[in-house]
Amino acid sequence: MRIGLFVPCYVDAFEPEVGIATLELLERFGLDVHYPFDQTCCGQPMTNTGCHAEAAATEALFVKNFSGFDYVVTPSGSCAHQVREHLTAIPQTDDVTAVRSKTFELVEFLHDILKVEEFPWAEFPHKVGYHSNCNALRGIHHARPSELNKPYYSKPLDLLGKVKGIEIVTPSRPDECCGFGGTFSVFEPAVSAKMGYDKVTDHAQAGAAYVVSADSSCMMHQKGCAARLGTPLKFIHIARILNGAAA
Amino acid sequence: MSIENQGLRETAPESDHGQDGRRLQHAEAATKPVAVKTSAVKTAREPQPRGAKIRGDRPIDQAAAAERFLAAPLHQKAHDARLWDLRGKRDVAAFGIPEWEELRELASQIKTHTLSNLDRYLEEFEANARANGVHVHWAADGADHNRIVHGILKDHGAKTLIKSKSMLTEECGFRPYMAGTGIEVIETDLGERIQQLDNEEPSHVVVPAVHKTRFDVAEVFARTMGTDPENDDAHYLAESQRMHTRPLILDADAGMTGCNFAIAETGTVVTCTNEGNADLSGNVPKLQIHSIGIEKLIPRIEHLGVFIRLLSRSALGSPITQYTSHFRGPRAGTEMHMVLVDNGRSERLGMEEFWTSLKCIRCGACMNTCPVYRRSGGLSYGATYSGPIGLIIDPTFNKRKYSTLPFSSTMNGSCTNVCPVKINIHEQIFAWRKVLAEEHQIPLLKQGMMKAAGQILSRPAAYRAAIGAADSALRTLPRFAVYNPLNTWGKGREMPETPRQSFHSWYKQNRMTRQDGSK
Amino acid sequence: MSAREDTLARIRRNRPAGDHPLPDVPLFPPLVGNDRVAEFGERLKRMGGRIAAPVPGEDPFAAVRERLDTATVIASAVTEIAGNRDLGAVARPQDLADVDVAIVRAVFGVAETGSVLFTQDELRVNAVAYLAQHLVVLLDPADILVNIQAAYRRPDFGRAAYAVLHTGPSATADIEGVLIHGAQGVRSLTVILLPRS
Repeated sequence: MRIGLFVPCYVDAFEPEVGIATLELLERFGLDVHYPFDQTCCGQPMTNTGCHAEAAATEALFVKNFSGFDYVVTPSGSCAHQVREHLTAIPQTDDVTAVRSKTFELVEFLHDILKVEEFPWAEFPHKVGYHSNCNALRGIHHARPSELNKPYYSKPLDLLGKVKGIEIVTPSRPDECCGFGGTFSVFEPAVSAKMGYDKVTDHAQAGAAYVVSADSSCMMHQKGCAARLGTPLKFIHIARILNGAAA
Repeated sequence: MSIENQGLRETAPESDHGQDGRRLQHAEAATKPVAVKTSAVKTAREPQPRGAKIRGDRPIDQAAAAERFLAAPLHQKAHDARLWDLRGKRDVAAFGIPEWEELRELASQIKTHTLSNLDRYLEEFEANARANGVHVHWAADGADHNRIVHGILKDHGAKTLIKSKSMLTEECGFRPYMAGTGIEVIETDLGERIQQLDNEEPSHVVVPAVHKTRFDVAEVFARTMGTDPENDDAHYLAESQRMHTRPLILDADAGMTGCNFAIAETGTVVTCTNEGNADLSGNVPKLQIHSIGIEKLIPRIEHLGVFIRLLSRSALGSPITQYTSHFRGPRAGTEMHMVLVDNGRSERLGMEEFWTSLKCIRCGACMNTCPVYRRSGGLSYGATYSGPIGLIIDPTFNKRKYSTLPFSSTMNGSCTNVCPVKINIHEQIFAWRKVLAEEHQIPLLKQGMMKAAGQILSRPAAYRAAIGAADSALRTLPRFAVYNPLNTWGKGREMPETPRQSFHSWYKQNRMTRQDGSK
Repeated sequence: MSAREDTLARIRRNRPAGDHPLPDVPLFPPLVGNDRVAEFGERLKRMGGRIAAPVPGEDPFAAVRERLDTATVIASAVTEIAGNRDLGAVARPQDLADVDVAIVRAVFGVAETGSVLFTQDELRVNAVAYLAQHLVVLLDPADILVNIQAAYRRPDFGRAAYAVLHTGPSATADIEGVLIHGAQGVRSLTVILLPRS
């Protein structure tokens, strides 16, 4: 299976270890993983701000980079959602729709495509609060959102449940948005930061030592909020835990 | 369970607990007290934060108003707790009905059907209402509505009008219009009355004064009704308002209500309320007027069996409102008027991406669940409709003035999931951003930044140069990463630490065997 | 053109694309158990109402006797008990402003919600159900419907000039979520389970 690895700009710049963990984890399953060297971004910052025309060239570059793979995998629910649902600023050629439909976020790829049963190398003996990115949760359906009267499921918690020693704690508002919201975080900074403060406080009160997420962007925001508040929380991407990071 | 013949003894206040001694949580009551601590307020005297500044058609600065709200932490905390509590009650109610999701789908389909045959249903409604002895009027817009109602009142020589809460009349600017006519308008819903006396618009479609603490209410009532300014007990305040309003109700020349549902099959106007004030408005004065947004139509009485089950559960977590009232014809010797109001609705019907916002039944569930709304207050939106539903409706009234509102959202999608008629609210917020950007209704700065970002992100070399050829240059990244020359990131948050090297250069160093990046 | 013609023309011009048939609403299974009377009472209590089942052979109004005894003005719209304010002789609704207790019979009850239905026929003067300080409702246990869906299949709504479901008393929590009964309407609502005579 030929996999194109998409490392979102946030991960590339701020959390290279998440990209490394994703690469190594996929390779553990014997996959042929490629990192197209000219990749940049999925176009989300522009699209979410309404600026679709401004996103077109970036989207075209994404498709050029990731055509021809069996799957495109990325450690970001938000970016996977952008590609699958919102990469529409360019003409929808066969190439474009093929890339869009083959793009998966790491958790859903492991859970739904590879159907991974165990991570024998993974052990994380800590109290962990899971943070769902809203696009991962309600956009690409990582889990049953708290609003819907439908059967419960959670792909990320299902995977984390296969990690030795891990203990999941649940905040009082399990899937309340943390306030990152892409460019919302800079255009409406006061509300964004307050949402972040409330989120990290909720995690801390639930007893979490670590916040785990499939999205580095939310965690970057929460980390900044926790640091400002002096809340002693640590943050780690799910890819690293599943790849066997100790802490 | 057995029901015994129990002697009912009443001592005021009896409301907190039911006959069986259990704590009551119906109507819009909180499951546990969210009261602002007396000591905190008495010492801090936190004044009520006011809403957005309105300056003609200039875009509303929701972010600035939200920041003022956040600067009043006692208000913000109580507001958030109260509305989150309503969301929680809604979840309990929704999860108590196995067919909940099916009901939402049915409600959506009934509304979609009705809206796509709205001309037919309006004609049917009108014909039936006329046959019931009702005077039916059509208003093209808010001004038309106000003139029509004023005309009816003048014809009857009415000097006072009691009314129940109606978002439609807020939308029409009815009270400000009437202020110049010499006819007194008295709101009779407690929350709406508080807002009227404080000269503010409702901040929420269901709980209009939810942004106020009891101290704020005590101040308003002391100023306007002469109550004891030191007495902030909610029972005292509510009772004072009852005693103050009752004579006004008895003396009123006319009564007015809004409309939750209008039934085409029977010509019935349905109102869903908790206080009984809509029924007082409709049943005490000799003249009654019902203002109806044309999107309120549903085909048949039977369909109330879907909507009534959804409305109060979504709004408050109660199985039904205290009063579900069906006004079909006038009482003997009285007159009943119905005003069908368009005010932009028939135009909205033609907006391909946005017409389904007309399905809205004004339950407020999207506001209660919205993390931005709970931290901003409804008045920060500077519009009749606030919160998620407001973001997608308001720009249809004034694209420039409300151009900023679709950006006051993280597009997290919780609103869409709680919506009882399945409006894809967060997707419409996304779609509005596109429309506004295309029509250059977003700030030049913002669009310029996105243009610059798009240029960098579409050119690998420029992108690599921007984030630094040498890894030491990563220190400039935070500002790039948020595409923001103003650096608002650091205002409330610490900057992310910059790693020793990017993934890109790690890969180059550790994995590259060929120049193109493949292995 | 008139506002009416304008609006209808715009609606026709802007008719949304696509076929949107009116769905059939299935009859959902009742939310409540078989004991409708018990379910009704439980839900009514949750909504702030009170319920009483008279003991056969004893005073059917025992549950509200004290209230009736201390009331100055009682308006009765039922044959089971006489009041001292004749609803048939009321010229204006405002004349009921001093009523302490009103007694009316419900058309039916709804187990799902604890609601009772009145039309103008039961109320005689509609306003009495709101101007009175307290409302006493007689309900035949045989008249309790299973749920709201069943209620809206009844013909009453299509016939009555005014029909209203009351579920407990007037309530508000507009001030800090504090529950208060008697915001504008009745301060209490008591349902007495009493078969029609």
